[in-house]
Amino acid sequence: MSKFAYLSVLLGCLAGTAWLEYFLRTNVYRRTIRLIYTVVPVVIVFSIWDAYAIAQGHWDFDARYVTGITTVANIPIDEILFFIVIPICAILSFEAVRSARNWEAGDEETK
Amino acid sequence: MTYTQLAIIGVLVVIALDLYVFKTCLLKRKVFWVSYSIVIFFQLITNGILTGFGIVEYDGAAIIGSSTPENSPPTFIGDGRLVFAPIEDLMFGFCLVVLTLIIWISLGRKGVQREPKSGPPRKSVHRFLGIK
Repeated sequence: MSKFAYLSVLLGCLAGTAWLEYFLRTNVYRRTIRLIYTVVPVVIVFSIWDAYAIAQGHWDFDARYVTGITTVANIPIDEILFFIVIPICAILSFEAVRSARNWEAGDEETK
Repeated sequence: MTYTQLAIIGVLVVIALDLYVFKTCLLKRKVFWVSYSIVIFFQLITNGILTGFGIVEYDGAAIIGSSTPENSPPTFIGDGRLVFAPIEDLMFGFCLVVLTLIIWISLGRKGVQREPKSGPPRKSVHRFLGIK
């Protein structure tokens, strides 16, 4: 356990889902623009929630386990990365299920 | 507002966004519920690490359960917690995942990189996935 504990968990999430891109051909990372356009608003919305929660003392981070680098409104950079990594994992999982089962998701080409 | 209140409002907001604002209707789709079941399983593990080791600590005044103890892990299951994490975190995670997918699908609908679409899986994983 160290300053990189939180980051290691995030790295684990990325590593644990990366194989989907290749083996299930999710093409999530390949659709980079769409991915960025999705993640940016999510990061903004959840950073606001995080900033409020930190200010109100809803939650707090053990200084031993986070990098110590903080961004706006005392939000640790670890948290910002969380709001980037988890959405990527969620989309990969979603597109992986779609790849494996061919179920409709609502963004298919309409004839 | 407490974390409990915010989490409940958050869940209601993303439900409304999905069904009535963006009309993505993910919550009515099998593909969402199956992928969300997978996500929630891994969320319990990763969030269990973050909260069980006290990397993230909570104030009892903001959640249903009590504060994260100083020098010991919180309750594993019970006291408003599931796998060390406050149940509010499950709602927070739901909001995070659903909002993400609403935006992702909306962009696809608008034609933003609908292609290359997902799949098909590589032959090497067909047996693993139960595909004939």
